[in-house]
Amino acid sequence: MTVASPAIASNGHGVGVTFEDMHRWYGSVHALNGLSIDIAPGEFIALLGPSGCGKTTALRALGGLDEVDQGRILVGGKDVTNVPTNKRNMGIVFQAYSLFPNMTARDNVAYGLRLRGVDTAARKKKAEEMLELVGLGAQASRYPHQMSGGQQQRVALARALAIEPSVLLLDEPLSALDAKVRRGLREEIRRIQIMIGITTLFVTHDQEEALAMGDRVGVMSAGRLEQIAAPTELYDRPKTRFVAEFVGLTNRIPGTAASGSVTILGTNVPLLDGSANSGPVFALVRPENIRVVATQDGSARVVAVSFLGSLCRAQVTLPDETLVVAQMSASEAGDLQPGTSVRVSVLPSPVFAVAD
Amino acid sequence: MTASPGAPLSAAAPSGGALVARPKGVGGGRRASPLQRSGRIAILVVVIGYLGLPLFAMLEFSTRGNYGSRSLDSYAAMLNNQDLIDGVTTSLQIAVLTVVGMLLLLVPTMVWTVVRVPRMRRVVEFLCLLPLAIPAIVLVVGIGPIYRWMGQHLGAVGASPLTLAFIDIVLCLPFAYRAIDSSLRSIDSATLADASRSLGAGWPRTIFQVILPNIRAGVLSASVLAIALVLGEYTISSLLSFNTLQVAIYLLGGRDPFISVAVSLSALVFAFILLIVIARVGGGGRRDQREVEEPAT
Repeated sequence: MTVASPAIASNGHGVGVTFEDMHRWYGSVHALNGLSIDIAPGEFIALLGPSGCGKTTALRALGGLDEVDQGRILVGGKDVTNVPTNKRNMGIVFQAYSLFPNMTARDNVAYGLRLRGVDTAARKKKAEEMLELVGLGAQASRYPHQMSGGQQQRVALARALAIEPSVLLLDEPLSALDAKVRRGLREEIRRIQIMIGITTLFVTHDQEEALAMGDRVGVMSAGRLEQIAAPTELYDRPKTRFVAEFVGLTNRIPGTAASGSVTILGTNVPLLDGSANSGPVFALVRPENIRVVATQDGSARVVAVSFLGSLCRAQVTLPDETLVVAQMSASEAGDLQPGTSVRVSVLPSPVFAVAD
Repeated sequence: MTASPGAPLSAAAPSGGALVARPKGVGGGRRASPLQRSGRIAILVVVIGYLGLPLFAMLEFSTRGNYGSRSLDSYAAMLNNQDLIDGVTTSLQIAVLTVVGMLLLLVPTMVWTVVRVPRMRRVVEFLCLLPLAIPAIVLVVGIGPIYRWMGQHLGAVGASPLTLAFIDIVLCLPFAYRAIDSSLRSIDSATLADASRSLGAGWPRTIFQVILPNIRAGVLSASVLAIALVLGEYTISSLLSFNTLQVAIYLLGGRDPFISVAVSLSALVFAFILLIVIARVGGGGRRDQREVEEPAT
């Protein structure tokens, strides 16, 4: 991969962004319901949530492509709520391919510079630098229809960065790409973002992408921000039932809660804040926190084993017919086969519990 | 792209994408049987005959000379007929005004509808298609008093046949709408407009530099249809007593049928040449439409 020129790399200052109690209605649908987020300068925030949760509405509001009915948006401390999109200086990469079909890759990247009055030679040089940055220096003269989807999104990224935007907005830019291209491009986006130091808001419904890329990940549901935290905290210490159930795989294992802990499969496990904390509950346990050991006198039985490369997932039925999924290294899985009798236990990591 | 087990994997290009052109003929259908081919040729002959015979008859009639000879006198006489020249000039002027007016009215409206108020798309479509359901005679009866008032109160401007452009714009809306709409549907206008605006462009620049170049084919088609409609329009011009090409041809037909047919044939040839020229211009910027797939895995 080409290394960026010093001119590009030196743009290492992001601005802070604040969403203040934002509301947006579409008819009776409350798309944003009191959304408030503080984004630090240079931070990469991933907004994660199911379709219709309001994450794209939030991004479009920040980009000026959608209005908000209530609330404020501050960029670098300045209120931009009513600033039109063409005056906001935001770089946006869209989910749909958005390159201008009548322009070459170079002209696409130079478009924003032309609007800013940059002279021909300078904008050509900058456009080619940006295309080098995304590894497409040799494709500058190609039209969008002569490029693959991944290449088009790279050019779109170069185009968004060429104008040296105050904030980079990524609206599910990888969702139309196949898995391998998506993985490669997400690492590249993150590398460039860290190198440039630009404040970035990334919207996705793909958990893996959000957790892999974000400095912090915000989980949204029904227009509300359920939780925003570093990926590990979000995964290990969900604060709401929605986050616990939405992020990652979980097993619902029945148990009895009392005094801040829950007893499941014979192990006393601490409860996370916000959990149901008394009486019969369902503990939401991550597959990697379930241990399965093959034994002749085991009361549980393996139903299926999935090989995932370095990891294995085993589906196991407990004596009460509850189906749980356990995840382990391929070596730990050993000779687990469907029908193997096993003993199942739970690691004492804190869990979230729900009453129903 | 998928690879069958054991098949060699193609290398991804360093830039991240192996460019793969779609092989010609993929999905092109079955090879036709001799019977099917004969049937197609028969249909082609019938269609060409149906369309070509009247033209041939017009050519034969308009080039008749004395004593069975061939003559181009009728065509030469066209150039000396002042009523005809006036009619042609008027129709061409109306055609230009109609195209300009139609594009100014329709393109921004349709782009705005698609990009900003998609829920109004059906309403705009309905309004544009409405002239199809209104017979020309009804239109004239309805609009006649307005033209009379314009003739009485707006002087030479109000009495000018160029005012027919207003009606012709309405008449060509259904055809122009369809042509432009299909072009707009072939691109993601809303996303392109969002991208352009986010990069700093205002609406006029977005429409003229981003949207318009990408719907050029539709705009040209709409223009051709509008010109063809204006050059062929007779009923309204005649009922409103304006001398346009078709009215001149009709009146001429009563006096000299040879010139009348020569003019009709010339108008058809002119429209045909115009179609070819515009199709050439419209397709001139068309680039190699290679299909590109993602890197092989």
